[in-house]
Amino acid sequence: MATGTRARPQGQARWRARDRRRGPARSRRLATATLVVLGLAVLLVPLVARLDQSQVDLHSASLPPGLAHPFGTDEMGRDVLLRVVYGLRVSLLVGLVAAAVSATIGTLVGLAAGTLGGMADRVLMRVVDGFNSVPHLLFGIFIVALFSPGATAVVVSVGLTHWMTAARIVRSEVLTLRSRPFVDAAISAGSGRTRIVLRHFLPHLGPHIALTAVLMVPHAVWHETALSFLGLGLPPHLASLGNMINDGARSLLAGDWWPSLFPGLFLFLPTLAISSLAQHWRDRSDPRRRSELQL
Amino acid sequence: MIRALARMAAWRLLFAVPLLFAVTMGMFALAKASPFDPVRQYLGDRALTTSPEIAERIRANWGLDRPLIEQYLTWLGNLVRGDLGDSRSLHRPVAEVIGDRLGWTLLAVGCALVLMLAGSLVAGVAAAWRRGSWLDRVITGTAYANEAAPVFWTGLLVIWLFAVKLRWLPSGGLTDAASTTVEPGDVLRHMVLPVAVLAFSQSSWLVLFVRESLIGTLREDFVIGARARGLRERTVILRHALRSALLPFITLVGARVPELVTGAILVESVFSWPGVASASVQAALSADFPLLAALTLLATLAVVAGSLLADTAYVFADPRVRVLGVS
Repeated sequence: MATGTRARPQGQARWRARDRRRGPARSRRLATATLVVLGLAVLLVPLVARLDQSQVDLHSASLPPGLAHPFGTDEMGRDVLLRVVYGLRVSLLVGLVAAAVSATIGTLVGLAAGTLGGMADRVLMRVVDGFNSVPHLLFGIFIVALFSPGATAVVVSVGLTHWMTAARIVRSEVLTLRSRPFVDAAISAGSGRTRIVLRHFLPHLGPHIALTAVLMVPHAVWHETALSFLGLGLPPHLASLGNMINDGARSLLAGDWWPSLFPGLFLFLPTLAISSLAQHWRDRSDPRRRSELQL
Repeated sequence: MIRALARMAAWRLLFAVPLLFAVTMGMFALAKASPFDPVRQYLGDRALTTSPEIAERIRANWGLDRPLIEQYLTWLGNLVRGDLGDSRSLHRPVAEVIGDRLGWTLLAVGCALVLMLAGSLVAGVAAAWRRGSWLDRVITGTAYANEAAPVFWTGLLVIWLFAVKLRWLPSGGLTDAASTTVEPGDVLRHMVLPVAVLAFSQSSWLVLFVRESLIGTLREDFVIGARARGLRERTVILRHALRSALLPFITLVGARVPELVTGAILVESVFSWPGVASASVQAALSADFPLLAALTLLATLAVVAGSLLADTAYVFADPRVRVLGVS
């Protein structure tokens, strides 16, 4: 929303006044700016960087942050800033794919449960409960441990542990859609179940699924980072945020804080930005919260 | 009421049995689909020099040549009888490994839970009481930031500050590396950081929940009534509003056991705490199926027990349920 000082009727301006308190607007702009800067860095830095992120230079190992290396160098003499950007790129890519996988699984299960109803619904929802009863990280560790480690195992492990939220959301949306008149009309006009799902349910579900998937990306990135940190994720030579924090932990006891601080910061800042934007969006879309903001 | 409670517990257990059954089946299926060969893993480097006949004999000994269903039923039967098998990476019975480590995990997680509940109650009430003040902003801001910070990263920063820089507390382990005995004072010093980090990392949602819930309750009629009767502000908030605001919170704490397990895995790994949660990581790194399966099952049991305990506590806490019974 625009935040300028456009002229508006007196009453409305007062009504909106509290909603435009400087705090939330500022934090919203800060969150957007963070995401834009990080997004640009992830996209552009690998194109323009003159240094090689994996280049080992033992002469400049473990240098504290300075002019030549703004985030310092790790114990192998690699530039931490460059590696962090590459790491975010890798973690984000894995997170995006994993979020897409889990949103797809969730959508299929939720659609099946909501559309079929009855026994199928009950069984599928019990399956969702069952999956929720096993701690996600432990289940992820279990999957990764038994398959050869690597990006695929991480994506599968995140996909299999995060689809339940999407399934619940899609199911409840389908249940409300089912009672809408246009669905009755489609049934009276002779549409079959498949057609109703494809032509009537899916287009309505689209925005919900997209939002769920976007909100799942930080979770997926977190999950990947945690697995990599434990040594169970991406191969150790690859610069991912989790691998870097894991590497940094080793030099931490020698007093080098920068190799572990910055990768974590690059995970922490975007997560905070996304959650603050999501919070704002939720506040705006929930009428009770909105009235609370305005009063 | 006891009968209603028993009925609820029986229902939950009835759900837990097929759940645990499904978990064992899922784990077994995953293990069978995995490309790891347990015999080869058992032999390690010797796999290259061992003759195929001997490998076959080990396979037959372990029953790996029998049909899958039979293997599963044998494994399940052993599990039910309490024989959890041998850990392949630690070369000890799984039951022994868990017996050695479970106590340390329960100690650390228990202390963290108490600290987390007490700390978040105080912080949440303070934030709701002084809503909109700088205190409220600091508390909610910290909670949101904490929610976004990965616990293993927070743990590392805490180690850097308190163990490396200030040298106040040890960076990890159960006792000093040089000591051969387990002294309570030594363990206590080693416990401070992991317990504090685990409690802090789990507290943010609780602080936000207590704050939201209390703010909502403060608008209710009975609170306005209490204020109108001229009661002190402290009495109104602590005796009237908070008691009602905390009801849903009991169920929520029970539902957070999975997150607690996740937090314990990461915190125990960061601080090299010798508990069961960090054992699961070690088991995973060496594809130790018997140990990993037992630990996953243990965690699932903890989740089921957590929600059952929370529901039981709810029955005692909510007078409406206590008098009218469980619906």
